[in-house]
Amino acid sequence: MPKLTPKHTLAIRWFHWINFPVLMLMIWSGLLIYWANDIYSIRFGSHQLIKLFPEWLYHPHELKNSDGDVVRSAYFHLDHRLALGMAWHFFLMWLFALNGAAYVLYTAISGEWRLLVPGRHTIAEAIQVVLHDLKIRKDPLPARKFNGAQQIAYTMVVLMGACSLITGAAIYKPTQIALLTTALGGYKTARFIHFWLTMGYVGFLVMHITQVVRAGWSNFAAMITGFEVSASSKGAGGASE
Amino acid sequence: MNRENESAITLSRDVDEQQVRTMTRRSLLLGAVGIGAAAYAVRWIGTQETNNGVPWFLRRCLQMNEKLARSYFRGYHQAPEFDESLISERTNGDIGLSGDIDETTHVVRVVGLHDMTGAIKADDTTEPAIEINMARIKALPRRTIVTELKCIEGWSIVVKWTGARLIDLAEQLGPATISGNKPDVLNSAHDILPYVALETPDGTYYVGLDTQSALHPQTLLCYEMNNKPLADEHGAPVRLVIPVKYGVKHIKRIGVIRFTASRPKDYWAEQGYDWYAGL
Repeated sequence: MPKLTPKHTLAIRWFHWINFPVLMLMIWSGLLIYWANDIYSIRFGSHQLIKLFPEWLYHPHELKNSDGDVVRSAYFHLDHRLALGMAWHFFLMWLFALNGAAYVLYTAISGEWRLLVPGRHTIAEAIQVVLHDLKIRKDPLPARKFNGAQQIAYTMVVLMGACSLITGAAIYKPTQIALLTTALGGYKTARFIHFWLTMGYVGFLVMHITQVVRAGWSNFAAMITGFEVSASSKGAGGASE
Repeated sequence: MNRENESAITLSRDVDEQQVRTMTRRSLLLGAVGIGAAAYAVRWIGTQETNNGVPWFLRRCLQMNEKLARSYFRGYHQAPEFDESLISERTNGDIGLSGDIDETTHVVRVVGLHDMTGAIKADDTTEPAIEINMARIKALPRRTIVTELKCIEGWSIVVKWTGARLIDLAEQLGPATISGNKPDVLNSAHDILPYVALETPDGTYYVGLDTQSALHPQTLLCYEMNNKPLADEHGAPVRLVIPVKYGVKHIKRIGVIRFTASRPKDYWAEQGYDWYAGL
């Protein structure tokens, strides 16, 4: 008889799946805004390695029709859309903030934060997890909902969300809440941090999706259904995202 | 780690396979409906009829944000001032600056005052206005601020601005009031007509402001920039400096100032940007 193991509560699943499209659209509209003043780059000393962003990124779907005219996909058209980007960004920010606040409140009240917040042994465990994932170590992963690496990643991304809201507010109303903007090192610095936090999400997403793919269908489905099914009676353990 | 809590979450139960299949199918179906609904919602918002260059739903959101911002707007919240050593210069935007301008003959036409005695009609197409020359603006108390100009594009620079406060001019001229009573700019600012419209002399660039922001103590009719008389490309002979707004509201070469009861048109708001543009 298969064993049904509850994994993610209904609330967590809602928070997760509301956040996903909202964050994607925040990154997209943020890119529309950033285009208008794309000043950052990755440098090594005085040498510019990559300009953020290379031109092709703004119009990856530039196609030519039969007459040889350039046609642009309405969906991936990222240049010259500052006004649209701002309008989306200043609508979605409310959803992002409310959903994020509700999530934090929920984990605090339900006690779920205990599974997420790193403890004394987290770093050591995270190193073991990374070694395991790189196939350097063969020991099994801790059979807990979140291992050390996950605890660090998921706590970090929640903190990043909070920082995005704070730096976002500082560049949204730098006069009315000038104290905050000044405390963050000024308007330019707040904008810089706001941008790099977004790059951080992109990095997180790449890692997260890679790990979800590695962990397999049952783990992914649990984020939708809420439970994991195992054939044995020993319960679900092992790698999970 | 709280052991009790952990075991509560990982509590397992035996179920039959049919039940698992049904539950999984139901969940995934719901998920698929969710993806569909979200995609539809995004598409719906994005393809709605536009209101001045932006889908109306998003325009409504901007207006709600504005309402919220205006409810906590405080005139005494001032834009931070900086050290003069940080100043720099950047030129951006030349709409409304075509043709030559002569400072000695330039007048700012003011409309919407409580007392319009002495109003002059410039030509057949204009309404009667009180004409203010540069000497009169420069006779007002001279103010200097070193603030950060924030362009809506994302860049910002520290600039030293010198000029007369718009509130000082308003106090002297007396804008029309909602009640029709004699205006008192300092003590009953809420009775002043709620909007201020500014235009270049040729009318090709125009901004709309809420009176509260227009009469903010840092809002200047600026005639000197970074210790030099205002250059043509920066809007000579007089431009607006309004640190509580994005750069787009800092109209160059002011030709008309109008106190008005209705929300004025705004050049960039017509192109999809937020009308309020408050910082």
